Amino acid sequence: MSPTLTDANQVVADPSDGIAALERRGSVAETFGIPLAVLAELTHRCPLQCPYCSNPIELERGAVELTTAEWKKVLSELAEIGVLQIHFSGGEPTARKDLVELVQHATDVGLYSNLITSAVLLTRDKLAALAEAGLSHVQISFQGSEPVVADRVAGFKDAHAKKLDAAKWTRELDLPLTVNAVMHRQNLFQLPDIIQMAVDLDADRLEVANVQYYGWALKNRAALMPTLEQIEATSRIVEDSQVRLKGILAIDYVVPDYYALRPKKCMGGWGRQFFNISPAGKILPCHAAETITGLEFESVRSNHSIAWIWQNSEAFNRYRGTGWMPEPCASCAFKEIDFGGCRCQAFALTGDAGNTDPACALSPLHGQIFKLAEQEASGDNSRFVYRNFAGGTLETGGDHGA
Amino acid sequence: MAGLRGRNISVSEASRPVLPRHARLKFDETRQVWVILAPERVLAPDEIAVEVLRLCDGVRSVEAIIDQLAAKYAAPRDAISTDVIAMLQDLADKGFLIEARESTS
Repeated sequence: MSPTLTDANQVVADPSDGIAALERRGSVAETFGIPLAVLAELTHRCPLQCPYCSNPIELERGAVELTTAEWKKVLSELAEIGVLQIHFSGGEPTARKDLVELVQHATDVGLYSNLITSAVLLTRDKLAALAEAGLSHVQISFQGSEPVVADRVAGFKDAHAKKLDAAKWTRELDLPLTVNAVMHRQNLFQLPDIIQMAVDLDADRLEVANVQYYGWALKNRAALMPTLEQIEATSRIVEDSQVRLKGILAIDYVVPDYYALRPKKCMGGWGRQFFNISPAGKILPCHAAETITGLEFESVRSNHSIAWIWQNSEAFNRYRGTGWMPEPCASCAFKEIDFGGCRCQAFALTGDAGNTDPACALSPLHGQIFKLAEQEASGDNSRFVYRNFAGGTLETGGDHGA
Repeated sequence: MAGLRGRNISVSEASRPVLPRHARLKFDETRQVWVILAPERVLAPDEIAVEVLRLCDGVRSVEAIIDQLAAKYAAPRDAISTDVIAMLQDLADKGFLIEARESTS
């Protein structure tokens, strides 16, 4: 027998593809097995006010957040049912005073911990304590390549400088670093500098993520929507950089789907390989799912187990698989490629989450959406509505919202 | 390209590779497969890759690992050497394999 190693390293682009790799091996992940990774939104509190925040407009307040003991129980349960990785996110996860304790608990029950952070509340000591507790990876968001644009988008004074410090500490502590750059009309011109910044920060990976328009971002769509010319230039820059920086910086690219022809395989398919947990303990098919009105989401505070909620709850089963699909999805050859695109987007743009995602060229609304994007992108509305617990605050001249 | 550092190691028979802390080889009890946990990724190595990676302890050289596999499978050493180094280099290129520090040799 001659050992072959050609298929040995099924290195995959994201946890969702990890499922695919395991599916090929005929594992239990084949049919809605428990996800490999779960996003824990520890809190909606955040010092930043980014106008494209992925949290819902109706933010959950500190008083309803799961307690330390409740989160620990959740982490134990997740590990028990087969979840392998936990993404500590928010809001700003470091706003929780018990973060080190939660990371330590995740480590104790065998979960691999990622921290998804704005980094402005981090100190070197705090980061060292997190690393000591077993944290394995840090992802830091950046709003631009320099403070003028970045601090204005974040609505927080000196945010950019603090992020640069935290990124440096991350690498000094020998933790792998991902730079997350959310891109839109008002910062896309900085992309080449952001790529260079990621290289200079010794990041392993850069996520170039065009804004997805739900919740806060939908509110701010006219101020954020890029032009088609910008998107074409962006794709070129990303592709060139991916080649130029091979072996130095991995670059993942999320395109804005208003300008796409095919919809994105959102969340790898509704209820198929991902869920997240809100600060108050609701189990959601995606972080924007609460924008869809009329769906009831079960909580870890209910009498149901997490596995039961994943497998049996109405909200997860409503758009799971392909059975719920209307035409043109139902007879589409791509229905198991993109699973009908994004339910939240279908709801935001058509009022019915069960409709075809208008990002798809086969949707009757596609042409209209494309035109709307072009119109908004060429408009002169560039003022942000900053994200906060008060339902948003309109930017005024020069105050940076801070 | 001058000025840009190549951050990843080059694997040779003399290397003494080890998985870094952020790339964890683990047996997944739920799915009954070995996985490598890495930043926001889960890798599924095949059985032989797992066998190789379990020998990557930062003390053993790649040369010793190849010798051991060649003896075990009574297979041509050259072929095994090529496969093992290619697999390890691929992992190294992804940032999930490092060289043991001097003190361990």
